[in-house]
Amino acid sequence: MKYVDEFRRPELIGKAREEIRRLIDPSRHYRFMEVCGGHTHAIYRFGLKDLLPRNIELVHGPGCPVCVLPMGRIDDGLALARQPEVIFTAFGDMMRVPGTHGSPLEQKARGVDVRIVYSPADALKIAEANPDRHVLFFAIGFETTAPSTALTLKRARERGIGNFSVFCNHVTIIPAIRAILDSPDMRIDAFIGPGHVSTVIGCRPYEWIARNEKKPIVVSGFEPLDILQAVAMLLRQLRNGEAKVENQYGRVVPWEGNRSALKALAEVFELRPYFEWRGLGFISQSALRIRDEYAEWDAERRFTVPGVRVTDPKAAQCGEVLKGVLQPAQCKLFGKECTPEHPIGALMVSSEGSCAAYYTFEHRKAAVGAP
Amino acid sequence: MCLAIPGKIVEMLPGDSAQALVEVLGVRRKVDLGLLEEADPGRVGDWVLIHVGFAMSKVSERHAMEQIRLLEALGETEAAAIELRQGLEAT
Amino acid sequence: MSGVARKIRFQDARVEMAHGAGGKASRRLIDGLFAPILFGPSWEPLGDAARVDVGGARLALTTDSFVVHPLRFPGGSIGELAVNGTVNDLAVSGARAVAMVAGYVLEAGLPTEILEAEIRAMAGAAARAGVTIAGGDTKVVEHGKADGMYITTSAVGRVIPDLEISPARVRVGDQVILSGPIGDHGITILLARGELDFEAELRSDTRSVLPLVEALARAAGGAVHWMRDPTRGGVATALNELSLDCGLAIAAEEERIPVRDAVRGACELLGLDPLHIANEGQLIAVVARDSAEAAVAALRETPGGEYASIFGEVIAHPAGAVVVKSAYGGSRIVDMLVGDPLPRIC
Repeated sequence: MKYVDEFRRPELIGKAREEIRRLIDPSRHYRFMEVCGGHTHAIYRFGLKDLLPRNIELVHGPGCPVCVLPMGRIDDGLALARQPEVIFTAFGDMMRVPGTHGSPLEQKARGVDVRIVYSPADALKIAEANPDRHVLFFAIGFETTAPSTALTLKRARERGIGNFSVFCNHVTIIPAIRAILDSPDMRIDAFIGPGHVSTVIGCRPYEWIARNEKKPIVVSGFEPLDILQAVAMLLRQLRNGEAKVENQYGRVVPWEGNRSALKALAEVFELRPYFEWRGLGFISQSALRIRDEYAEWDAERRFTVPGVRVTDPKAAQCGEVLKGVLQPAQCKLFGKECTPEHPIGALMVSSEGSCAAYYTFEHRKAAVGAP
Repeated sequence: MCLAIPGKIVEMLPGDSAQALVEVLGVRRKVDLGLLEEADPGRVGDWVLIHVGFAMSKVSERHAMEQIRLLEALGETEAAAIELRQGLEAT
Repeated sequence: MSGVARKIRFQDARVEMAHGAGGKASRRLIDGLFAPILFGPSWEPLGDAARVDVGGARLALTTDSFVVHPLRFPGGSIGELAVNGTVNDLAVSGARAVAMVAGYVLEAGLPTEILEAEIRAMAGAAARAGVTIAGGDTKVVEHGKADGMYITTSAVGRVIPDLEISPARVRVGDQVILSGPIGDHGITILLARGELDFEAELRSDTRSVLPLVEALARAAGGAVHWMRDPTRGGVATALNELSLDCGLAIAAEEERIPVRDAVRGACELLGLDPLHIANEGQLIAVVARDSAEAAVAALRETPGGEYASIFGEVIAHPAGAVVVKSAYGGSRIVDMLVGDPLPRIC
């Protein structure tokens, strides 16, 4: 598979590991945060922890849109889904996320018209095919996914499709990183930057991390070699006493980002004054809402939304895990009350949620001591 | 946080909006090219990064090959690796 | 019996879709509710078929219900699945299906031509598998109360003399063999639903695995310790069930598991793991190390087994788990799936 298999070549992985060993200081402990949940998933999926020296600790960051979505938003979305004229569409990722009265999948099994879509464009297609129904797209995602929603809304307006709306939960990554850096118990040496978000926003938005916080950041791809190379680049910066933004993922990430996608974002969305993040609380200017020009397609303005707020169970320590203060297994509920089958926190639901990834790929290995 | 996979444009589809058939290991799907840079909109044979049915960026073969060359050079000689890396950064 | 994590109580308040998806929830439902009530407090781990001795004849008995949308898909249809699935449950229990009965739940309004096509598909599959369809029953429910048609098949089979299939016979060092490429059926169905708008040249692998089982019996006989056809929940679920039932662990090597390009492409696009995708014509066999090469050679000479290979080994630790190793030295635990595989974008 082109642009995939090359980056899994065993002999090159061997070389990258040697490079890491050359650059590492064995006497110190390193804490690198991978901001993006896609990296969390890849690290477990490819077993990369086995390939890294033990004194490198990978800390999982907040870049999982499903994990950071407060339960109240799911309850709001499902309240709209239960209106008889509505077809509720969402990515497969949302389907098992528990709301107060069950997940979208459980609602579907009870007769609510819930459909999985691969693309927001597919939701729009369902609207065109069902003119007597209203199709609601429950949008989630960071800057990678938001431009697709934006372009879909532009297409809906161009084609005058009135029976379609978006329940917008798009969030932005920089405020989340800032919230983590502002957290008093934060101890992160460097960041593995989110590769796919950066195809849109480019590398400049991270410059303050290097300049003000003096932390190295390397924007990285998702194949095993990409992540190992990014780790080597971070080690090199730390060894040389540098803190700069580097782009490991040049094959798809332009330094300046994607102007066309950014233009679509700016046309359709504006920043919300504040938005609630699960585990992190309210963060100002951290999420997108639909502009007035597109109000007709904004589910929050078209329908009366209950505006549910649900507090997370006190015992769950999702916030600490999200901020990298705790490793998943250090949460009191991990693997006991909270498992992928009965998730209490969203980190246990999404396959890129650090708890679910840890539970699925690592948990028993660690518990019994794999060979 | 976002699953995105490289695929090859195999056919441009007729219509107003930029739609193309993109292939990943023999699996084909209609992909919207409307988010690609206007100056470089994508044509048959190009590789693009696909996310939720949209092309997010073009895959640069030159960058990919340089990255592989850099990795292959690791451990050969430090000087060769540095030279390659500087070449990569300058592009 | 030395299975691990045996005492399971079913505490879910309601039946959910996941309980039927063949993964963890299904296992909990069976081990925690059905088995303790129907079989009493001490019972053997459940295989794919039950053994009964009737007047000195060693027989095996099984039943399976088939629900699939769409009813027809590239490479097969619900009728073929209903015959092959039950033949295969017997085959992997070490028995040759002899006679089958079928129950149909039909939705009012189902076009006769669709029903006829499925009856013909069953007749063809039964003839190919060498089983007689000896009887059946039909019920019709109101429109909207069923999705076209559901089929339940039950069959009795004769135990193949040389085979003794039980997780209790699995030993550390046994080799794990797979008959061919995985994921064809599950991905074919996913694409055939049309919702994802993906196109690929893929066909379901639905077939009787009895010829493969018979080839194994001839080549390795008593050295074959365990078999399973990895249907719902895929290879990962079958291996997890084995590891739980035998109280040992399975180490699999990822690059030795054959996966067709289109299956891999669809899985990469949709964020799925081929190990979790359903198959309807593949066989996993655990064979004593000394007989493993001969077993693979025999499978390769049998239609449907051309790509057979050894892809794993039974190890002692971590007991009750499946470890998959990559070509470059990484390893991960592969669990049973929770519910059906869902496409993801994150």
